[in-house]
Amino acid sequence: MSNAPVDNSRRRFLTIATSVVGGVGAAGAAVPFIASWNPSERAKSAGAPVEVDISKLEPGQLIRVEWRGKPVWVIYRTPKMLEQMKQHEDQLRDPNSDEAQQLESAKNNYRSKREEIFVAVGICTHLGCSPTFMNGGFGEKVEGTADGFFCPCHGSKFDMAGRVFQNVPAPLNLEIPPYTFLDDTTILVGEEQEVA
Amino acid sequence: MTSKYEEQTATGDNTTTKSGGVVSSVVNWIDDRIPMTRVWNMHIAQYPAPKNFNFWYLFGSLAILVLVNQIVTGIWLTMNFVPSAEGAFASVEYIMRDVEYGWLLRYLHSTGASAFFVVVYLHMFRGMIYGSYQKPRELLWLFGMLIFLALMAEAFMGYLLPWGQMSFWGAQVIISLFGAIPVIGEDLTLWIRGDYVISGATLNRFFALHVIALPLVLVILVFLHIVALHEVGSNNPDGIEVKRKKGSVAEEDKPKFKFHEYYTSKKDVVDAIPFHPYYTVKDILGVAGFLILFCWVVFFMPEMNGFFLEAPNFEAANPLKTPEHIFPVWYFTPFYAILRAIPDKLFGVVAMGASIVMLALLPWLDRGKVRSIRYRSVWHKLNIAQFVVTFLILGWAGATPQTVQSTILSQICTVTYFMFFVLLYVYSKNEVTKPLPTRLTK
Amino acid sequence: MMKKLLIGLFALLPTFTMAAGPTMPLMDANIDLRDKASLQRGAKLFMNYCLGCHQMQYQRYERTFRDIGIPVEIGKETLIFDDSKVGSHILNAMSKEDAAKWFGAAPPDLTLISRVKSPDYIYTYLKSFYRDESRPFGVNNVVFPLVGMPHVLQELQGLPMPITEEVVEGDETVTKVVGVETDGSGEMSDDEYDQAARDLTNFLAYVGEPSRLESEAIGIKVLGFLVIFFILAFFLKKEYWRDVH
Repeated sequence: MSNAPVDNSRRRFLTIATSVVGGVGAAGAAVPFIASWNPSERAKSAGAPVEVDISKLEPGQLIRVEWRGKPVWVIYRTPKMLEQMKQHEDQLRDPNSDEAQQLESAKNNYRSKREEIFVAVGICTHLGCSPTFMNGGFGEKVEGTADGFFCPCHGSKFDMAGRVFQNVPAPLNLEIPPYTFLDDTTILVGEEQEVA
Repeated sequence: MTSKYEEQTATGDNTTTKSGGVVSSVVNWIDDRIPMTRVWNMHIAQYPAPKNFNFWYLFGSLAILVLVNQIVTGIWLTMNFVPSAEGAFASVEYIMRDVEYGWLLRYLHSTGASAFFVVVYLHMFRGMIYGSYQKPRELLWLFGMLIFLALMAEAFMGYLLPWGQMSFWGAQVIISLFGAIPVIGEDLTLWIRGDYVISGATLNRFFALHVIALPLVLVILVFLHIVALHEVGSNNPDGIEVKRKKGSVAEEDKPKFKFHEYYTSKKDVVDAIPFHPYYTVKDILGVAGFLILFCWVVFFMPEMNGFFLEAPNFEAANPLKTPEHIFPVWYFTPFYAILRAIPDKLFGVVAMGASIVMLALLPWLDRGKVRSIRYRSVWHKLNIAQFVVTFLILGWAGATPQTVQSTILSQICTVTYFMFFVLLYVYSKNEVTKPLPTRLTK
Repeated sequence: MMKKLLIGLFALLPTFTMAAGPTMPLMDANIDLRDKASLQRGAKLFMNYCLGCHQMQYQRYERTFRDIGIPVEIGKETLIFDDSKVGSHILNAMSKEDAAKWFGAAPPDLTLISRVKSPDYIYTYLKSFYRDESRPFGVNNVVFPLVGMPHVLQELQGLPMPITEEVVEGDETVTKVVGVETDGSGEMSDDEYDQAARDLTNFLAYVGEPSRLESEAIGIKVLGFLVIFFILAFFLKKEYWRDVH
């Protein structure tokens, strides 16, 4: 046993330094475990953007495509539908789409890049049910509006631009996914890219 | 009027801890409900450990580290592994390619399996050379042997899961060993497999045992191993006790450290130091050194030239095509060589089983009173040396295609393997040993 | 004494492993996973000459492009020959039953071939086809006797002729093929073909373990960190143990 006095400051420094470096090491070791919970290549591949051919889409028709496991609607809106959307703006919660439920390129009265083609995630912003497209029968829900979406779960109502009506449980307009018109008849859902 | 402090004292609360700060009040709150501080002191901070532990005494702590690594990486692997004959192999490649850092999780687990055996073999060897199995540590040694057995079962079942060619055929060979048992053998193999060949049914039951049952058994056994260790106290390279008869140690010979009264009330302690901080800092150093070697393998050579990950196992299991050479992973090869050395199925299996049973019987085969190799006869030293060489040759022979020469070599080594125990039993009765020191050296 | 025995034991090792090896010593593939140009050429060779029969069922196009430095759009146009998406596995349309009928056995998946065999084996294999009229495809292979596969790179290498040697085996003398020499009818010179075989081997080695380079890049940092930690722990231990010594 040596009689040298215990050098406390040196001991304290080494203890703290080793603890800090050890702590950094432990945090580093946690990285692969945490990161492994991210979507895998398979999930990313399955969630990759989806091309939709709209050449056969007829006026007034809705088609559903699956993107990242969610239903995405593509609807060809008739001039009549577009016209009636202006009539009920005073009954909507967020008629000007101020809430960030869409990309900037779809922040307009029609909530779309092209007036007649409407693309939206078909999931109610309340609790995740998929609303029903009431083509012509929406008048019984909202007077004077022939077409819209009605959520069967809790009665939320949306117009033909996916804008939510007042006095229903859903808080927000339907989400508009990023999408791109690759050409006149092809939409790429899931990615907004520059098209030359 | 009485102050709050006086009120507290007046209640007769006799805790010695002053209620300083939040931390100590939380500690107090817990200590009133579970014996946290007491256990910490008894087993860590005031546990008397001999002061002369050397390099060989690192492997116990390292084994716990590797066990934790296996459990944590194992849990993470199950998150993406598919336990079915159709999906297992592909799911491993999914982990290797599609899951972020999946390759690292898998290599940590596969390298960890081999590291576990490296550490455990060195830990057992330590016990052998310093006589740590001798009285009163027989039960401690037996718990250790049970851990070794559970570990072998765990490793064997885990090796089937990637569902590669070696997984499949290795399991086929090992399960067939049970067929050597008279009368019930064939039915037993059928029952273990749950099918006429190794199949998805086998994979599923092995998966269940590998991820739940055996880890649970291992953890419980490790707990019992440590309980037994702390009850009898650690052996050391000199093989003499640091706990002496009460009153036999002069006051000036007692260490300056405070040990838990659980130990000091019954015995006098000499040449010991508290486990914490002295062995915790030493073990941290050991862990750092171990991790350097471990990570070097994990990141740069996870296959370890085919010893940790065997090449045929990168090919999916094919029940119709046996690989050219079937070997168990390196940690089983010494025992596998003994099995192959004997040209009779039943006796081969018996010899292999006996080779492990002999190890478990060491506390009773060694009739010597001196524990450490340092003070034992030259015969003992030679005997242990030949055992090491035998074990290494057997390990090598079990991993090599069988030839006439290698079979003869395995047979010779099988004899010398068992000779170790026989000789030990014979010479240890009246062994001429060196005088033991009264105090720990160095 | 133990040391000497061990050394003697290790000295024996090579002789034993050699005995179990193939009839011809493997050539050194000398690949470099960091050589992206080589990997890209290898990928092109694979897609053009191998994928028709051999899949890489665990490897995805997109990841491959990313790792070997091909922009996804270019990879999509130049290396995906069917209507596969970039995120999909590298598969072909051949049915296993048909394949088994044509070749005797279904062509193996090549995702992990570099790990089942070895890069050196693949390189040697690619360079060891030789003319053998007795075989269904007119060729045989020195390291894979009676191979059930045509020499798909023949248009590049030409048709190699066997170099034989008389070897005494036991009581009888047998003729063994010990090497090959091309007839010069291929598009490539010998050196060019060697490079092509090396590129393809390199690509297969990459696909066998796509995480290899990432692993080494992380590994070096981890080891550096651990060395620092080790040094700190060393001084910490020394400091505390002054109480004991």
